[in-house]
Amino acid sequence: MSTRQFGAKISRNIDPELLRGEGKFTDDIPLPGALHAAFVRSPFARARIEAIDTSDALACPGVVAVYTCDNIEHLDRELPLLIPHPSMNNARTQRPLAREDVYYVGQPVAMVVAVNRYVAEDAALLVDVDYDALDVELDMEKAILDDAPLVHPSHPNNIAADFTQVSGNPDTAIAAAEHVTKLRVQVDRSTAAPMECRTVAAWFDHVSSELTVWDGTQAPIGVRGGLASLFDLDEDKVRVIAPHVGGGFGQKVMFPYADEILVPYAAINLGKPIKYIEDRRENFIGSNQERTQIHTIELYATKSGEVLALSDDFLHDTGAFIPYGIAVAQVASTSIAGPYRIPNIRVRFRAVYTPTVPVTPYRGCGRPQACFAIERAMDQLADELGIDRFEIRRRNLIRDDEFPYARDGLLFADGLQVKHDSGQYLRALEMAREAIGWDDFPAKQAEARAEGRYLGLGLAFYVEGTGLGPYEGGHIKIHPITGKVYVNTGLAGQGQGHETSFAQIVADQLGVNVSDVIFREGDTGAYDWGVATFASRAAVVSGNAIYKAAKVVRQQLVEAAANMLEAPTDEIELTDGYASVKGTNRKIAYSTIATATNPLRYAFNEAAQIATQFAPASKHDGPPLAEGQHPGLEATDYFSPSCATWAYGVHAAIVEIDPVTCRVVFHKYVCIHDCGNMINPTIVEGQVMGGLAQGIGGALFEHIEFDDDGNLTNANFVDFLIPYATEIPDIEIQHLETPSPLNPLGVKGVGEAGCIAVGATVASGLADAVSHVSGSKFHYTPVTPDMILEALPQGTAQPPD
Amino acid sequence: MKPPLFDYCSAQSVQDALQKLHETPGALILAGGQSLIPAMNFRLVSPSTLIDINRIPEFRKVEVTSDGIVVGATIRHRDLELDAAVHAANPLLRLALAHVAHVPIRNRGTTVGSLCHADAAAEMPMILLLTGGSVMAQSVSGTRTIPAEEFYKFHMTTAKASDELIVSARFPALPRGAGYGFAEFARRRGDYALAAVGAIVSCDDSGIVTDARLAACGIGSKPVRLTAAENALNGRRADKAAMAEAALATADAVTAPDDTQVTQAYRRHLLAGLTRQVLAQAVSARKEAIA
Repeated sequence: MSTRQFGAKISRNIDPELLRGEGKFTDDIPLPGALHAAFVRSPFARARIEAIDTSDALACPGVVAVYTCDNIEHLDRELPLLIPHPSMNNARTQRPLAREDVYYVGQPVAMVVAVNRYVAEDAALLVDVDYDALDVELDMEKAILDDAPLVHPSHPNNIAADFTQVSGNPDTAIAAAEHVTKLRVQVDRSTAAPMECRTVAAWFDHVSSELTVWDGTQAPIGVRGGLASLFDLDEDKVRVIAPHVGGGFGQKVMFPYADEILVPYAAINLGKPIKYIEDRRENFIGSNQERTQIHTIELYATKSGEVLALSDDFLHDTGAFIPYGIAVAQVASTSIAGPYRIPNIRVRFRAVYTPTVPVTPYRGCGRPQACFAIERAMDQLADELGIDRFEIRRRNLIRDDEFPYARDGLLFADGLQVKHDSGQYLRALEMAREAIGWDDFPAKQAEARAEGRYLGLGLAFYVEGTGLGPYEGGHIKIHPITGKVYVNTGLAGQGQGHETSFAQIVADQLGVNVSDVIFREGDTGAYDWGVATFASRAAVVSGNAIYKAAKVVRQQLVEAAANMLEAPTDEIELTDGYASVKGTNRKIAYSTIATATNPLRYAFNEAAQIATQFAPASKHDGPPLAEGQHPGLEATDYFSPSCATWAYGVHAAIVEIDPVTCRVVFHKYVCIHDCGNMINPTIVEGQVMGGLAQGIGGALFEHIEFDDDGNLTNANFVDFLIPYATEIPDIEIQHLETPSPLNPLGVKGVGEAGCIAVGATVASGLADAVSHVSGSKFHYTPVTPDMILEALPQGTAQPPD
Repeated sequence: MKPPLFDYCSAQSVQDALQKLHETPGALILAGGQSLIPAMNFRLVSPSTLIDINRIPEFRKVEVTSDGIVVGATIRHRDLELDAAVHAANPLLRLALAHVAHVPIRNRGTTVGSLCHADAAAEMPMILLLTGGSVMAQSVSGTRTIPAEEFYKFHMTTAKASDELIVSARFPALPRGAGYGFAEFARRRGDYALAAVGAIVSCDDSGIVTDARLAACGIGSKPVRLTAAENALNGRRADKAAMAEAALATADAVTAPDDTQVTQAYRRHLLAGLTRQVLAQAVSARKEAIA
């Protein structure tokens, strides 16, 4: 038997190609004669457009076309609201090119198409737009006041959505509480900053009337649906390919961005291939962002620290438009009680329009904000009640025997009830306590304080609803000539390692080497049923669909092999690409089986002879394919989860503040993590580490800065500080594997896990580090050097040597 | 992020470069290009012509003599950083160069280019000022030496005339027996400094400070000498009290306003702390030198 591949630490098979620079990203697609697009973008956060003059740009040598809202025909319309929800009234979405009004700095106003991007950028500067600037309010808390300037006159107080969910009976529980702790916390604006910015290229074949679009998207099937609808084309005449994509992190799941429809439009309109490769500045000012939420959270508890009820009221910045609905706020609101029992919850949010880049999910999608609110609150409750931070959590965590633990009344982002399906929360907390050295820490901290140092321990628990529906499919076919296994699914990869982990699932079922599994995703021409890559769902939803399809093909293989080898099916073994009869040397290659199961007329190669009509092996009575049979070894199946499956984990860190630089020095960082059964621990660790690095960015470095006029003032990698490897500490990861009962593989998602708890952990550690000298609680991320300086005693400029 | 149209020419000799610079309005010199090219891509600068000086052999040399280091115009940071003779003559260069961006950038970026770019937070202009160095400016009409204190006018602004080419920079050797130190903080390793400080401390045989030199960058519109701190040390024993006093005396040197990263108050705090650190380094380095 082959070694089991599921659970094995296998190197990612895509890495050599990517590391050698042999990846095939949108910009690498050879499109002879392609024209290039550049955008004219609004320099104002809110303004009326008085006039647009494109004549100078059009006169520029090399310019082929300039598009404004006036010459894009039926595309001059508000774009779709992707996820409708009753909490929104008249949800506002963007037009591809601004008509009359602009709503954020960076909004596309015109698109220039030219012989190359250089000329296109030169000409974009020559488009003369006459703006009449309007007042703006960037501060959400002020934007909801009665006299604040409005982003959309249709929406008083800038409220895009107002939604309350209740679980249990909070009023009764609140009345019974002996202690209440209340705090206001804020997580601020950030951006995904994928290594490859967004990209789109399109070519319309006038002979076949087929539109092909290469799009660095997380949702190729969705993009195809949008394009077919907008252009009134048959779906099969539109092929969307997400080639290699250099990171998405949610920014590339929203569609359509203006360029995603205008580039195909220009390709049809001009009869030439068109490319648009977003540059870094455009990615900052034009591609969606996330994070700003201001939570006012209250915990109602007994004196012994049992939390009876939670009340949270938060503002969610949705930017100038709300194309993705309330998804981010909804995930935050339904994750607010974290891993705790807390049976009574009232959570309200108001989504607020601000004149800024629209907000849609970015890795974490509301979870980092919810985790920050509940975990800072648990620390404060512990402090107020004089209970240690591990103990207060222990008293409130959902116990192993309480799973599945449902929160009635809270509907998650999939529209289904929140139900924590499985876990070992108490064990995870205990592992974190041991790994971080909690028992020894008080002595270490006392010693450090005696030396004038600031040493703190940070702690945060997180949960992550993953693997949302509605469904994904898996298609598997064994190639008759090579015997290799071809696997398709409908979502797309952006570097997660789907090629490897899905191959592992298939390899076990079909008895082949991982290297003989050819995986293809992100191409509607290859497979076009499915949804998209988001919400840590690929392994759960596509993984299980592929698993189910593989089981069907396994059965086909066994039956065909049994027939050909003249042995009972239970004596057939599948190993290394051969079916064999147990305990004998009789075996047959998959290529042969796949060939033989496909009745042929023509022997196009030697192997095919066995499947032709006069070959002894294909002797049969009746039709060569019996009723209900299909040729070859091939199957498609689907997986549609009953609800999200909840992963979780605990982070703990020992941090020290350097009083001179106000830098945060990590002495130790521990991550206990449970995503159910692991398909490939190496890939899981990569995901967790990457998420942690992004989380450290969000905790200490990355912050989108708007000035009072709504200009994004750090739209580059010099001023928007993504941590380098030098800023990321060594991280100790420990795994727990509690299978999910909700899917055959027992897996949970892991894509977002790493980033969720970092802000809360760092803030917890910093507050602890200064608790003897300061009341600073660190209720805001990212934490800046100035915030740390303010938390230190006066005169720290002269620390002891 | 594509540059506007520009011409390019590769100068074959010093005279050729100077002539082209003289004849071409709006031309800029291309050495390592590590700041210039991104600035062009951002369309922050739009030179009419780039005059590439990378093929001029005279510019590719470092001369170390007993009294100083002369660095040619196309010497890469990394070459200077790894040069043993340079390090022996003045160890401050290697200390500071290790903080200039990252190795791939130092492999291409030139030290003289960085001196001319004159970013107010850049390390090497501060080292030039600290060591009392100078640059050699040449044009078709002649050559002149510009001391560091006269060269730096403002952030990204120097005394170099538009038809002048900085052909070399001269860093004096570390005074015999002097202590030295360098400290910097940036939120990410390799970024421009929020503040960086360098120190050279000379004392007489009895340990009295005869010449304290302190300079900083990242704290104002150009690299500055910390004269108040120097005055607090000169003529005194460099003990803890004197160093603390010197550190406190740096406050007024900080003129940078609050920016997107930190406040002025933070920079004052940081500069004082870093000053203490470099003075402690300098004193300990001097003790080692004596021992």
